[in-house]
Amino acid sequence: MIEQAFNGLVGGAFYALLALGLAVIFGMLGVVNFAHGAFYMLGAFGAFILLDSFGIGFWAALVIVPVLLGLVGMALERLLIRRLSGLDPLYGFLLTFGLALILQDLVRRQYGVQSQQYARPELLGGTLNLGLFDYPAYQVFVLALSAVVCGAVWLLLTRTKIGMIVRASTEKPELTRALGIDVSRWVTPVFGFGIALAGLAGVLAAPMRAINPLMGGDLIIVVFAVVVIGGLGSVFGSVAAGFLIGLVSALGNLYVPALSQTLVFILMAAVLLWRPAGLFGRQEGLT
Amino acid sequence: MKAKGLSIAVVTAGALLAGCGGGPGGGGGKISDGGVTLAVLNDQSAVYADLSGKNSVTAVEMAVADYKAKYGDKAVADKIEVISADHQNKPDLANSKAQELYDRRRADVILDVPSSAAALAVATQAKAKKKIFIDIGAATTELEGKQCNKYTFHYGYNTYMLANGTGSTVTADGAKTWYIVYPDYAFGQDMNKSFTAAIQKAGGTVVRSDPTPFPNDNFSTFLLKAPNLNPKPQVLGTMQAGGDLVNLVKQYNEYKLQDKGIDLAVGLMFITDIHSLGPDALAGTTFTDPWYWNANQQNRAWADKFMAKTGTRPSFAHAANYSAALQYLEAVQRAGTDDADAVVKELEGHTFNDVFADNATIRAEDHLLLHDVELAQVKPSSEVKEPWDYEKILKTIPAEQAFQPADGSCRL
Repeated sequence: MIEQAFNGLVGGAFYALLALGLAVIFGMLGVVNFAHGAFYMLGAFGAFILLDSFGIGFWAALVIVPVLLGLVGMALERLLIRRLSGLDPLYGFLLTFGLALILQDLVRRQYGVQSQQYARPELLGGTLNLGLFDYPAYQVFVLALSAVVCGAVWLLLTRTKIGMIVRASTEKPELTRALGIDVSRWVTPVFGFGIALAGLAGVLAAPMRAINPLMGGDLIIVVFAVVVIGGLGSVFGSVAAGFLIGLVSALGNLYVPALSQTLVFILMAAVLLWRPAGLFGRQEGLT
Repeated sequence: MKAKGLSIAVVTAGALLAGCGGGPGGGGGKISDGGVTLAVLNDQSAVYADLSGKNSVTAVEMAVADYKAKYGDKAVADKIEVISADHQNKPDLANSKAQELYDRRRADVILDVPSSAAALAVATQAKAKKKIFIDIGAATTELEGKQCNKYTFHYGYNTYMLANGTGSTVTADGAKTWYIVYPDYAFGQDMNKSFTAAIQKAGGTVVRSDPTPFPNDNFSTFLLKAPNLNPKPQVLGTMQAGGDLVNLVKQYNEYKLQDKGIDLAVGLMFITDIHSLGPDALAGTTFTDPWYWNANQQNRAWADKFMAKTGTRPSFAHAANYSAALQYLEAVQRAGTDDADAVVKELEGHTFNDVFADNATIRAEDHLLLHDVELAQVKPSSEVKEPWDYEKILKTIPAEQAFQPADGSCRL
């Protein structure tokens, strides 16, 4: 039972990383990024390509891939997404949804739909004794790293000047501007950062999940439910809901396997009825 | 912000993401519409695109070339066209594409059609249009059971054959207790039933069987649960396919279940799955394969020709498409016409050997192709001598034992 709960948290780590990226992007840009799953997939493919074509291993990929994807994200924001600011959010939906399909098809064209091979880093090949039970070392690493990343983002947003500016720009853009702060300067890096987080989740997934063009599309539906449960744009909410959904799915699989597919969405519907803005959402901006 | 309205829109949109004249008249027969048209209807963009997809069209073209080379001027079908369509694994699309192929594109036969729901939809069209349909890609026994019809044939494999080969053999070899996980849709449920029956018949027990979400990238709950079941299962039987199977096997290795005394048995595996995982991830796993490219010289020679055209080794689905197209054309040749009723008569009860099917019979009662199938084991990478050389053949299961007896549920 404790083992299963822990297991749920590991699954939740992926949801949390992806939801966190979606939340900061939504908070800052007001854009729901439908291409997020595609960037998660590109993260995994990035790790695969680095190893397969350049012989660059997992540890370097953990840094290189998110940085590269972050830069791609920044370019995309500059070239495309920026042009839609101020328009109906529907345009943002269409643009990012279209991007997701294009990215997915480009990868499919190049690599086909069958999954690619990726070996686990040897250092993390064993099992760790966690006191009550043994657990695969790699999974412990995934959980620890995502907890550290989520914590660091939290500290960045609440304890630093940059974080303060970002939060202020999200909540009251006009007032922030009136104080002499250039809000638009921060939009591009925040978008890139959100994409980098998706890329990081993708690299982490490479050794333990099937690497194929469809992997992001399948996962992202659940991540959207996570973001909605946590409260759109709420950074804390998205992370908390990510881990919560991980737990709920693991326990759901354990006790009511037949329902596990719908459990997340039942929970989402219940949360929306009870608190339409999500568990941690407020009417305005980042928590 | 407009959190509430957006929330609902996000989820709705999120759900969307989840992709002439007559022939020469050999024997006085006739060829309709100026030629014979073979249509391959399969998945060319989603999960089954690599294990069948466009390369199956190439395989059918190879069959046409071989037919022409064999009969030359005596060929009844002198003008043969191969066309194809993509059903993206969607039953509704399969249904409308089948209508289009039969009606507007003048297809005389539709081939392949993976995924059971899509296959059953096309079978209904074949019956309504009185045109031939030879299914290869789908596994459901319904095609030769309650939902069979005069114009539909099932060619290559089915859930009974997989369960009977793998489930019975692994149980008879000493693994008496099973834990089955299956994807929660028609194919998975069907496989779960077939395997449970085969295991029990062979003297084993299924400790538990769990449905899993589909698609699913996280099987850890089930894998952690396995060693704690009572009694502890000796085998984890997975009925997952494609990307789900890859996820499950990666995580099976991650949780080191083999070290905990739980072996892996795979319900349905294509050679592309082994290629995706690498042989070491699956080394020692036993499974049933309708056909393996490197099983003998004849298969290998055909696989070499296939590779020259496609750059890859054929899966059993590719070989089965070749064989089905060839046997269809041979039946047209014997009938002297492409008239569907006459060709059905020639196919029914026909016995033959070709590169795909050994000791083959097309059973007249239910239109199921019976042929020898292989019980295979995945080699460790140390024994792999060349790319795609992944399987060791343990034994050949003779045609009459490999498939279910006709149970009378089919009324043609």
